[in-house]
Amino acid sequence: MKSLKTYAILYLIFLYAPIFLLPLFAFNSSTIIAFPLESFTTEWFTQLLTLSEMHGALLNSLKIAVTSAVLATTLGIFAAMAVSRYSFPGQKGIMGFIMLPLVLPEIIVAVSLLIVILRMGLDTGAWSVIAGHTLICTPFAIAILQSAFAALDPSLEEAAYDLGETPASTFRLVTLPLVMPGIISALLISFTISMDEFIIAFFLTGAEPTLPVYLFSMLRFPKLLPAVMALGTILVVLSILLITIAEFFRRRGAKRTGNDTGGFL
Amino acid sequence: MADMTADKPLISLQNVNKHYGDYHALRGINLDIRQGEFFSLLGPSGCGKTTLLRTIAGFEDYDTGSVMITGRDMRGVPANKRPTNMVFQSYAIFPHLSVIENVAFGLRKSKMSKTDKTLAAEAALEMVGLKGYGHRAAHALSGGQRQRVALARALVLKPKVLLLDEPLSALDRKMREQMQVELIKLQREVGITFILVTHDQEEALVMSDRIAVMFEGEIAQCDDPEVLYRKPNSKRVADFIGVMNFLPATVRKEGETYLATIAGLGETEITEAQCPGGVPVGEATVGFRPETLTLLYEGQSATHREAPAVVDEVVYYGDMTYYDVRFEGVEKPVRISMRNIFGRDVLGVGTKVRVSWSPGALVVFDQSA
Repeated sequence: MKSLKTYAILYLIFLYAPIFLLPLFAFNSSTIIAFPLESFTTEWFTQLLTLSEMHGALLNSLKIAVTSAVLATTLGIFAAMAVSRYSFPGQKGIMGFIMLPLVLPEIIVAVSLLIVILRMGLDTGAWSVIAGHTLICTPFAIAILQSAFAALDPSLEEAAYDLGETPASTFRLVTLPLVMPGIISALLISFTISMDEFIIAFFLTGAEPTLPVYLFSMLRFPKLLPAVMALGTILVVLSILLITIAEFFRRRGAKRTGNDTGGFL
Repeated sequence: MADMTADKPLISLQNVNKHYGDYHALRGINLDIRQGEFFSLLGPSGCGKTTLLRTIAGFEDYDTGSVMITGRDMRGVPANKRPTNMVFQSYAIFPHLSVIENVAFGLRKSKMSKTDKTLAAEAALEMVGLKGYGHRAAHALSGGQRQRVALARALVLKPKVLLLDEPLSALDRKMREQMQVELIKLQREVGITFILVTHDQEEALVMSDRIAVMFEGEIAQCDDPEVLYRKPNSKRVADFIGVMNFLPATVRKEGETYLATIAGLGETEITEAQCPGGVPVGEATVGFRPETLTLLYEGQSATHREAPAVVDEVVYYGDMTYYDVRFEGVEKPVRISMRNIFGRDVLGVGTKVRVSWSPGALVVFDQSA
């Protein structure tokens, strides 16, 4: 038992310690990433404000992440509703197919998408990154929304219908408010995944890089390395914040409908 | 109570059939339900009682036959356009709305003014004993309170028929018995036809004006509780409603009378009225309720007939004692219920007793039925 405990602790350190180095060097005044640390500074954060190229990349990433999140969540709502409300032939197979990007190597997705786009004689750009990100975000959105729909007692919808509502107004007045926490959660998770994603963005981004792609290109300039650390720190904090908010909404929804199934945290 | 003079039934089902794939869920259902009646659909799980209720509500389609409500054919009329409202097994209280919003939900499309809607919802809440609960959050209510909200929400629309799908099954015993009485009172008060689905025969007996017993998608018997209990038309119904003892017998005809020789009890005359499926000459089964038998104490004599037996098992319930006794030459024990009277001892296992029985209380079934 004791050795297992030690193992678990070592494992966690190995996994997360590098992330803690990020803020450590982001606030270190030396341009060289090495111990011992020199003195505390916020210079690298102010330097970020001057990098106009980075601002363009950030804006790009935000546009792509918001669009991908909305698309993935919308598709996710349809899929999750279809799966939890109806049973149809080939249901398991179809769902497995939709969930495939969860385990498919991203590099495969990226390369195949690139080939298809070029073969079709189209240019890559923000739209192609959005397509790729929607593809990989949809399974996550479905997983979250499926738990939200599964937790929804079908007789709630029947009750609304029985009380004189139409299918459309039943969806608006009962279904939607009750799965809303799941929808918010799916939006936030998809947004986070798209913001952080590198491989697909790297292959499909064209002339306007996303933030992770821009970050990667900056690594070639040692002088900018501390600023990269600062940007990385901001991204890590934002990701943790968003995922926490997402989980908060998911749990609140689960609590209200009475049962907690699934979820990622 | 049921209005026996109403010439036209409120709900009339004729030869309703429904399949789920190969499974025949409803088999030729014929049923008339009267205005103002408290009607129960009773049966074991999977007998089709909930399917039948949902067919009346408009949630399920049927293959053949007709469903008429207030003389209107309901084919193609969806649940939101029918004069029925339902109380769901899970209550289906909208968790994101307050109690009053739940109750007023069905009034959203009515032409009433906003104040009238609130007044109607408050009146409905008061009717179910939840006055002043309007602004509570629905998800914070107890099981019994949810049940009441579900009732108020359905009744506020003044439906012609209230459908209740096992509404008491999620409550504990005390609460259930209390709600049974309240539901009966409520039904009398509002005069709306209630159709209750239940698998609990006791609940059905307590609450209903009439009961339809269902097995495997068919209505086995539809009668008022007393007839159902005293004169079940088959062994199966007899077995499902309360406790029924069965003993093998042979029936023969002598002149104009029928004589039954019952294992352990001896020979007795029976009448055609005691045989719901016709007189089964030859091999038969006689059934009798535990309370139609009496253990005779010293000095007591039987009003009708008596037979010797040995006490096999004693189950003491405080107010009642159940004795399982074996008649001479019969392997299977027979249950007798005795009210415990002050000063009378509970008998022990192995005691030799005399049992008083009355031939008139017997029901005679076909061997196979």
